[in-house]
Amino acid sequence: MKDGKDTLVRVSGVDKIFKRGSEEIHVLGGLDLEIPRGDFLALMGPSGSGKSTLLNLIGGLDRPSEGAVEIDGQRIDQLSDRKLAGWRARHVGLVFQFYNLMPVLTAQKNVELPLLLTKLSKAERNKRAALALDIVGLSHRAGHYPRQLSGGEQQRTGIARAIVTDPTLLLCDEPTGDLDRKSGDEVLDLLQALNKEQGKTIIMVTHDIHAAARANRTLYLNKGQLSTEAVD
Amino acid sequence: MKYLYLIFSNLKRKKLRTGLTLLSIMVAFLLFGYLAAIRQAFEAGVEVAGADRLIVRHKVSIIRLLPQSYEARIERIDGVDNAMASTWFGGIYQEPKNFFAQIPVVPEELFDMYPEYVVSDEGKAAWLATRTGALVGRGTMERFGWKLGDRIPINATIWGKKDGGQTWEFDIAAIYDGAEKGTDTSQFFFRYDYFDETRANGQGLVGWYTVRVANPDKAAEVASAIDAEFANSPEETKSEPEGAFIQGFANQIGNIAFIIVSIMSAVFFTILLVAGNTMAYTVRERTNELAVLKAIGFTDRGVLGLVLGESLALTLVGGVLGLGLAMLLVSMGDPTDGSFPVFYLPTRSLLLGLVLIVAMAFIAGILPALQAQRLQIADALRR
Repeated sequence: MKDGKDTLVRVSGVDKIFKRGSEEIHVLGGLDLEIPRGDFLALMGPSGSGKSTLLNLIGGLDRPSEGAVEIDGQRIDQLSDRKLAGWRARHVGLVFQFYNLMPVLTAQKNVELPLLLTKLSKAERNKRAALALDIVGLSHRAGHYPRQLSGGEQQRTGIARAIVTDPTLLLCDEPTGDLDRKSGDEVLDLLQALNKEQGKTIIMVTHDIHAAARANRTLYLNKGQLSTEAVD
Repeated sequence: MKYLYLIFSNLKRKKLRTGLTLLSIMVAFLLFGYLAAIRQAFEAGVEVAGADRLIVRHKVSIIRLLPQSYEARIERIDGVDNAMASTWFGGIYQEPKNFFAQIPVVPEELFDMYPEYVVSDEGKAAWLATRTGALVGRGTMERFGWKLGDRIPINATIWGKKDGGQTWEFDIAAIYDGAEKGTDTSQFFFRYDYFDETRANGQGLVGWYTVRVANPDKAAEVASAIDAEFANSPEETKSEPEGAFIQGFANQIGNIAFIIVSIMSAVFFTILLVAGNTMAYTVRERTNELAVLKAIGFTDRGVLGLVLGESLALTLVGGVLGLGLAMLLVSMGDPTDGSFPVFYLPTRSLLLGLVLIVAMAFIAGILPALQAQRLQIADALRR
């Protein structure tokens, strides 16, 4: 794991400070983290501990106040906004708690969205979106709108959208947080399969011990610091 | 092109709101198109007026007559190429609403002075051979379903006949067409010799003169020379370019261009608020979705483009529908039964309409688009 060749994510000395008016809120303080390629990491911790903030920094959705975020050898915290957007499109798949699908688009068109940023032909985009939906077991629901899908199906569509560009890294923020146990298990089965069968590196933020148990390992975040042990 | 589906799908999100906004924009551009045709109707004569033609009328008023003898004196002035006398007849065909201009002229002078009135050689010959003959514009022929050879009775309101009658009868000897789209083809010309011999009074008097100058660059000097020629006489003249004379007629109603521009400015300002409000709501409601688009890789500029694209799609659909409807209505013809002999939607107004569509899209969409562009992903996803 210390071998740079196997390390996909390297977070070094990262501080994150939010400003609320004149008040400064230190969410992360001097945080270090290394995640090897192909890992399935669960991040747990109390609300406000900075789990989602850390996920956003790794996904290039936000920038650290101090420190470095290096993904696959590239310092993404130093990229311009435009280059960072391009980097996200190519390297990151995002899965959200509330699915965040476009209600006006069918499942197929939702999955196709990230491919609009590529130079693929319409036929190729259709083909890849169909394949992604097939992987999550929703080929038969391709023409349905999000409102016509159950919560579990919507989340699986969200996962299909996240993997359609074949990203290096899959970042999941409470992917089962809005689902019942059965649907949640289906989503976790899917994430496990993507990790084991396709070698996807997955970082999953969760409050759910049951979900975290599906990951290869779990790290706990409390008061801006990581540990391998939960802190009460 | 690949983003069109996304843009139009977003517009379908709130069908009622989008529909009402589209309707507002459509009505605005329908009004724009129709008022542009009305403005064109008022200004058509000005546009096709000859740069080398002057109108010489009585200094006091157009309704005061001038001696026919002035024609020879005008033609002797340096810089004058030709002069033609005309008089307003002001008759009624069947009923007052059937308005069209009737003007007695000398045929050869008309052919020479107005080459934009296109008449066949046979037509010219027929009119010259028929003392009661009339040369009628294609527009009026079609309006009343007249044919060559028809005898047309016209009741005089100004010029009674020597025999005490008020009804003048004319035989349609020829038809003229317009050389240009804006040429007025509603007029009814008849022979001055028939008019002067038959009218009960006013012999030797005419309404105004059309004067062609040899050099259009010296039109102002020639106009001054004509007015100087008749200065301090019982019938002083006022000479002005033909375009200014026609504009003067239109201005009797008011400054049409100013009125129309004022109406359209008020309409467009209101519609701009409606479209801007729709776009602002569209973006505010979708903060989360726009953040997701950025999260999956859309650039700030890409999101700005998407929002502006939606604004353009909205105004383009509404605007083109409005302009199309205006063209359809205008193609149905003069709504005034004859007051607008030249009534069409000019190409330049259509092009201006398209420019306005794009401008409206930009102005209505730019603030919400900038708001979307500046959206911070992490902040927006937390909301």
